[in-house]
Formats: sequence, C-alpha cells, structure tokens
Amino acid sequence: MAHPVLTLDNAVVRYDRLTAVDNISLELRRGETLGLIGESGCGKSSIARAIVGLQPLAEGTLAVEGETLKDASRQRRLILQRRIQLLFQDPVASLSPRLTVRALLSEPLKIRNAFTAENWGRIVALAESIGLGEQLLSRYPHQLSGGQARRVALIRVLAAEPSIIVADEPTAGLDISVQGDLLNLLRALKDHLGLSYLLISHNLNVIGRVADRVAVMYLGRIVESGPTAALFRGPAHPYTQALLSANLTLDPSRRHERIVLSGELPSPAHPPAGCRFHSRCPLVQPKCATEAPALRTDEDGRAVACHFPLAARPAVIPQAIAG
Amino acid sequence: MTQALLAIEDLHVSYRGHDSTAHILDGVDITIGRGQSVGLVGESGSGKSTVAFALLGLLGDNAEVSTRRAAFDGRETSLGMDEATALRGTDIAMIFQDPMTALNPMFTIGTQLVDIQRRRFPRQSRRSLWARAETMLADVGVPDVAARMHRYPHEFSGGMRQRVVIAMALLVEPKLLIADEPTTALDATIEAQVVEVLDRLRQRTSASMLVVSHSMGLIAELCDSVIVMYAGTVVEHGPVHVVFSRPRHPYTRALLACEIDPYAAFDLSQDLATIPGTVPDPAFRPQGCIFASRCPARHDRCSERPPRRQTGEGRTYSCWQEAA
Repeated sequence: MAHPVLTLDNAVVRYDRLTAVDNISLELRRGETLGLIGESGCGKSSIARAIVGLQPLAEGTLAVEGETLKDASRQRRLILQRRIQLLFQDPVASLSPRLTVRALLSEPLKIRNAFTAENWGRIVALAESIGLGEQLLSRYPHQLSGGQARRVALIRVLAAEPSIIVADEPTAGLDISVQGDLLNLLRALKDHLGLSYLLISHNLNVIGRVADRVAVMYLGRIVESGPTAALFRGPAHPYTQALLSANLTLDPSRRHERIVLSGELPSPAHPPAGCRFHSRCPLVQPKCATEAPALRTDEDGRAVACHFPLAARPAVIPQAIAG
Repeated sequence: MTQALLAIEDLHVSYRGHDSTAHILDGVDITIGRGQSVGLVGESGSGKSTVAFALLGLLGDNAEVSTRRAAFDGRETSLGMDEATALRGTDIAMIFQDPMTALNPMFTIGTQLVDIQRRRFPRQSRRSLWARAETMLADVGVPDVAARMHRYPHEFSGGMRQRVVIAMALLVEPKLLIADEPTTALDATIEAQVVEVLDRLRQRTSASMLVVSHSMGLIAELCDSVIVMYAGTVVEHGPVHVVFSRPRHPYTRALLACEIDPYAAFDLSQDLATIPGTVPDPAFRPQGCIFASRCPARHDRCSERPPRRQTGEGRTYSCWQEAA
C-alpha cells in the first residue's frame, strides 16, 4: 500500500512547560483534505507549526511520503520539508505592497535559486489557469481585487511545488460571498496538481463541507476522528457532539437540540487529570476523572477517545443531529 | 397601537473627500418596536456598523448625517452629536465586539461596573451601585461574583469578559441595547453560552435589541425581524423566519445560498456558491439598483431605482422583479 503523504507519529509540541500538543498521531492520505477542528488553545495551530517546521517536535516523528525527517540527511530534510507549504491565515497581508505581482510570483523561485525560464513559464501558466492574466503582472497588490490578491498569495505557496498544503484558518475574516471562491479555488488546485490539504478551521460549516476526514482536538489531544459525514451525523465523543450542536444554524428545527457546555476551557498549562474533557462533560462518570481514555479506532476508520462513547448508548443520549 | 421605540426614515451618512463624497448610507429606514429584537445583517461595506454608530453618535466629526424623520421613545431627534451623547449610556447601551478593548485594563471590574451607572443613577451610593452590579454579574452567569468584582479584565477569560460587557450594558437599564458582533470573538462552545445569556435576557427584559452581525445564524437565533443591507441600502426587511426561509431580494437569496449546510446532501466536487463581482465604491454609487452589477436577474429597468414592494407577511424588499 502507498505511504500516506504525511504521517505524524506520537507528536509532542512544548513551549517551556506548556504541552500544547500531547502525543498526537495523524495521517494525511494522498489527495485528501483532512480537517482539524477544535477551540482556541486546543493545539491545532501548534500542529500546523510543527508540520511546516516552524516549531520543533519535542517528541515523536514527522514523515513525508514515508521518509522520516529526523533520519534524513540535512539536504534531504530540506527537500522533504519544502514539499509542505503553509497557507497563511490572511494571505493578502503576506504580499509586500512594494512589489509588483511579477516580483511577488518570482520571489519564491529566486529564493531557492530555481528561477529558470521553464519554472517561470509554469508559474505564469498556473496563474493564467486560475484567472490571473499576464496583464496583471505589472500591478501592485493595492491595484488587485481581493480575489486576485488571494490568487497571487496561493500561487506563491504553489511555486515551491508542494505536495502538502497546511491551511490555517484560510477563510477567517472572509465575507461569506467570497469564502466559496477561495474554497472552490483550493479544490480545483488540489485536483489539478494532486495536492493534499491539512485544513485547520474553527468554522464547522467549512470543514463539514470540504473535508474528507475530520479530527477533533481538545486541549492538546485528538478526541475523535473519522470520515466527515459520519462524524458530523453521529458524533461519538460528547465533546464533538457539544461542539457540533453549538454551531449556529438557520434551521429552527435543529436549534432546540443544542448542548450548552458549562464552564470554560481549562488552561492547556494545567489540563485536568484523567479524560481532559471530564470537567465539562455532561455525561461524566467517576472513571473519567482518574483514567485517560485511549484513542481506539474501529474498522470504519472512526476513532474515539472516550470511556463511554455515544454510539454505545443511543437510547439514553438524544443524538444532537439527526442524520 | 403603541409607538415604535425607534423610527428612522431615510438615513443618509456621507463623508466628504477632497474630490468626491463617499455615501456610506443611502436612505436607510429602521423601525424597532418596543421589546422587539431586530437583526442587521450584511457583509463588509454594507454599512451595518455605521447604522449602529450613527444611533450612538460615535461617527467621526467629518460624517454628514441627515434623516427625513427620526424619533426615539416618542421624541423627535436629529441624531445630532449632543442628542446622541445624551442617550448613550442611559437610554441606549452598546455591547461591543471585542470585550478586551471595551474594558479598561487599569480598573477592577467592580469599579467599572459602578462607574457606568453614575450617569444613570447619579444619586445612588457606591455601595448600592456595587450591589446592583454584583446581582447583574451573577445574572449573566459569572460565578463567584463577590471575589470577581475585585479582579481586573485580564484575569477573566474571553467568555467571562463578554458577560461583563453585557452586564455593563444592562446595568443602565437601556431602552435599546445595541450588540455589534457580540459573539464573533468567541469560541463555539463559549458562543453558545453567550447566545443563551442574550436569549434569556431578551425574553426577560423589556429592552429592545439591535443585533448587528454578519452571521445569519446568530440573527436567526436572537431576532424577531431582520434588515438585510447591501452597500449602504436596505434591500429586504421582514420577520426572520419569512426572510430566511423565502428570501425575495436577489441579494438576500444569493447570500443565503452562500451559507453552507454541512448536513445537506452534497457532492464534494460541486462548486460552492459565491457572489461574483465586488461591492460598488461608495464614492461612485451606480444610479439605479445598487446590486444590479452583480445580480443574476438584472435587466434594463435596473438602471433606475427599484420600487419598494411589500408582501403580505410584513416584508418589504426593493427590486424591479415582482414576487417570483
């Protein structure tokens, strides 16, 4: 079987004494979009930083196409690391106002001494294919529309010929009428260039619509993962259920089933003992306070870290979302 | 019939530049009934925040404001600076988007909650104002109130800070509560808590509410009626369930089509809905229908200003197209 394009194995990310990512394993398969959801402080951005190499892993390994970065030579590691590119939250803000589109697009090639006629031709063709004509090359960022600026930022990310793109909140702050434009563009590029995405967002609608699989994080751990539709329709972890039910909806029939969690997110510097969610879990049992549940995967590719997953007791717990 | 708390007709706000004038609001009508909760929804550049700021007298000095008629609580008002300032913090209170910047980091929560009440209740003692603040804080779901009153804003989490800001707005017993993106800065499960607090307050107090948000989900949750704005004009207005379930204006329709429902049946390879084009420059507003350049149903008459149409359900919309 082909290797996953990216494998994170028992990864730990620490900032001094704070463990932001605590023993997380993830697999990104070729051509798939993996969604990562969770609230502030759950460690989802720390995972992104570790994967793109901005933050070293304290423990665990990262492998690209089956090659573990730690074991590779320095040179090889650079090549592998370049296959992973980060799409910034506000891509337009990452464009220098003093450079023309031509300079902005050629910069990533020049940085790695790859500015050849062939590579430049490839970039121009790619730009053309997503609606950035040659007449735009001499413009400055302020002369572009929002949609054009987003395309320029995307092409810059693609100039390094990545196979994996990590997108951290790519639609945050976008109006809903243009959010679709970015997501459509990402999907078209994925199909065209054979990319795989790790898509991090707190926007459950976006993740639910574009991700093939989803992982849900809470306080540095993955509490549940699985195929998107199955996980959204039948969450197994009480946190996933509450998170999904908190999503504001236009559909009045779904509204009364909201589960409002009590309490605040505990500080990741002092996570609760046992199951980290037990302090806010509406279904907490004595066992949850002392014993941390392991993440167990079933044959359908669904994994849940809970002593009393919801599927096991459907009669007691009303499903938050009917299928 | 009881009189509406707030009735504004034909509100215009513009800023004069050195060679052009930017019309930010162009003929906005707003009516808020007593005890009613109205949502103001629109995207960036729609002017929804300008409406809220005009009501509060918080627009810049160079803003030119005019109305055909404006009345608040039975009294005519010009929305001039002095009048708005008199109403602000007494009859009209605001819940701001970012609770960190709405609170002063140098003073304890208790002091700030007492000071906010001074203009409204000038004769009451600090002790009684403190007690009122404590009660209100407990009411919006802040635990361990007695101790928390002596804490500073940075010692509160985001959700708790937003509750403090809500308590602050309610302490002056306003007739109108304006909430500008009250949950945008919050995480999903905390947002659900704050929505619950706001919803409970809405049902319990007699205050009217104006909720300004880009989130149609939030408006659907908290409001009786909704005003949909586009580029400084109201395109559609009516009861929330009517407008959201059967939108009539092409912009409202397009906007609702962009909402993602992750539970609906969809094909992953299918494109998501967008609204092509951009919002017109407020300094160069087109003559006719403001949405015409992006409208899928555009035709020749759209170069003239569209009529305002009414449907039987208490809804109005501005479009040349008859009810489809």
